[in-house]
Amino acid sequence: MGLEQKAGDLGVVTARLEDVVNWGRTSAMWPMLFGLACCAIEMIATQSSNYDASRFGMELMRPSPRQSDLMIVAGRVTRKMAPVVRRLYDQMPEPKWVIAMGDCASCSGVFNNYALVQGVDEIVPVDVYIAGCPPRPEALLNGFMTLHEKVKKEKLATWS
Amino acid sequence: MSQIQEVEASINELKHLFSPAAMTGETMVLNLGPQHPSTHGVLRLMLELDGEEVVTCVPDIGFLHTGIEKNMEYKSYLKALVMTDRMDYLNNMGNNLTYCLAVEKLCDISVPERATTLRIICAELQRIASHLIWLGTSGIDLNASSMLMYCVRERERILDLFELISGQRMMTSYIRPGGVWRDVQKEFISGVEDFLAYFPDKVADYERLLTNNPIFIGRTMDIAVIEPEKALEYGMSGSSLRGSGVNYDVRRAMPYCGYETYDFEVPVETGGDVYARYQVRIAEFYESMKIIRQAVDRLKKQNGPVTSEDRKFSPPPRSELHTSMESLIHHFKLWTEGFSAPDAEVYAATESPRGELGCYLVGDGGPKPRRVHFRTPSFLNLQALPYLSEGYLVADLIAAIGSIDIVLGDIDR
Ligand code: SF4
Repeated sequence: MGLEQKAGDLGVVTARLEDVVNWGRTSAMWPMLFGLACCAIEMIATQSSNYDASRFGMELMRPSPRQSDLMIVAGRVTRKMAPVVRRLYDQMPEPKWVIAMGDCASCSGVFNNYALVQGVDEIVPVDVYIAGCPPRPEALLNGFMTLHEKVKKEKLATWS
Repeated sequence: MSQIQEVEASINELKHLFSPAAMTGETMVLNLGPQHPSTHGVLRLMLELDGEEVVTCVPDIGFLHTGIEKNMEYKSYLKALVMTDRMDYLNNMGNNLTYCLAVEKLCDISVPERATTLRIICAELQRIASHLIWLGTSGIDLNASSMLMYCVRERERILDLFELISGQRMMTSYIRPGGVWRDVQKEFISGVEDFLAYFPDKVADYERLLTNNPIFIGRTMDIAVIEPEKALEYGMSGSSLRGSGVNYDVRRAMPYCGYETYDFEVPVETGGDVYARYQVRIAEFYESMKIIRQAVDRLKKQNGPVTSEDRKFSPPPRSELHTSMESLIHHFKLWTEGFSAPDAEVYAATESPRGELGCYLVGDGGPKPRRVHFRTPSFLNLQALPYLSEGYLVADLIAAIGSIDIVLGDIDR
């Protein structure tokens, strides 16, 4: 429909490779199906009927890290869980991104104690932090859009 | 070399958990979790499998241990309240309520009638919301994926109501020692009534999708059976226990908040299998609605304060601060030091969506508790999981995890 009408019989479209690849990367970014605590419930809400993350090409949550591009750390990361989170991150293929969802994942929130890793950025690199305890689904969607903007600006030289 | 030694050491450490057949390779040891979509959080299970049959199942918990109980010892009674929200994150209002009941018992605070009615409405709405998440997620486990979409849609309406009264969707901290945070708007009452009018049809829809569905029945009937004696031995409670035919509900056995004055049934099924536990929870939707309906009728007739007038424990309204010296002092005292509780110990229990949720609280005469301990239902229900799953297939184990409705935040705290 739309594209054929607009492009007419041009047959050729020129674009920068960066733009095309980054457009592709943002349009089908599959998150890992991986919840830790309370924030995961809001992540489920974001994925479900009312907020519908599939508008962002993110409805397909992969239970396996091998098939996912994005890790949403939804909840508090305990010291016992930290090695697992790191291993999951290592198992994801490049390119990969991380969203720290909620106060606990960003800085351990209201729990400043012996049991928690004080922010998941101590163990994995984080691209986007989302504040809130828990963040509303809208906030998570905003986090997705922020990440997309970041990815769209990536340069050929920074691709890995 | 060192890696091999490490592996050997960990095998020797875990050897006693499994049968000797696992060491010869006759059976297989499989690790499930902590990142697994069907374990409802960060539960890890070590399974010994004979073909597809579960021989041994060893749960490994603690992946979400947050130190909440310890943290509460370092906060005043009022500030410790926000910790309880984050424990069992599907039953936030219920956790608030349990903790507040314990504090009120310890300090002998009386709660106004209107606040009690509001508490009941909130607790029962929360029960419905929690059961909805249970129905949705255990639906997904059994390949009924559309259930989650329907259930979350209804749950959002409850969260909207909570947001209306407390400003937060999940971590409400609305129920406070001495009453509730503040009075509800009239939109809340009409909102609850709308919900009550809207929801029964939806439950009927769920039942049409599942109750007589041959696939669902095949996956749940006679699966993960537990007899009433065994269930009691394991210390199970809540809907999982009532699915085995034991009529035990804290709202009846040790009434709190005046539940004895409400007219409702305690649904009991005798099957003891996954299907029976499903039936109990579906019936509880209707009973909760019944309770809310009665509570809303009472609420309309009740006027007056929603928090205790005892200024030693509950902060004065903001409007008084500019005109009354006493209020200012109380406000300052409560928000800096907090109130002191006697050197005594209490236990208060409520019926959470998962079972008996108890709070054991020890005061030390000062403004901070000496010890706070929660008797959480998921922890005890999980103990029965090996019994529930051994001898069944791996797929049945997934159904069993869903049916005992565990929340890892509730287990590890
Ligand atoms: S940020 Fe709040 S809601 Fe999220 S995991 Fe931490 S305590 Fe739970």
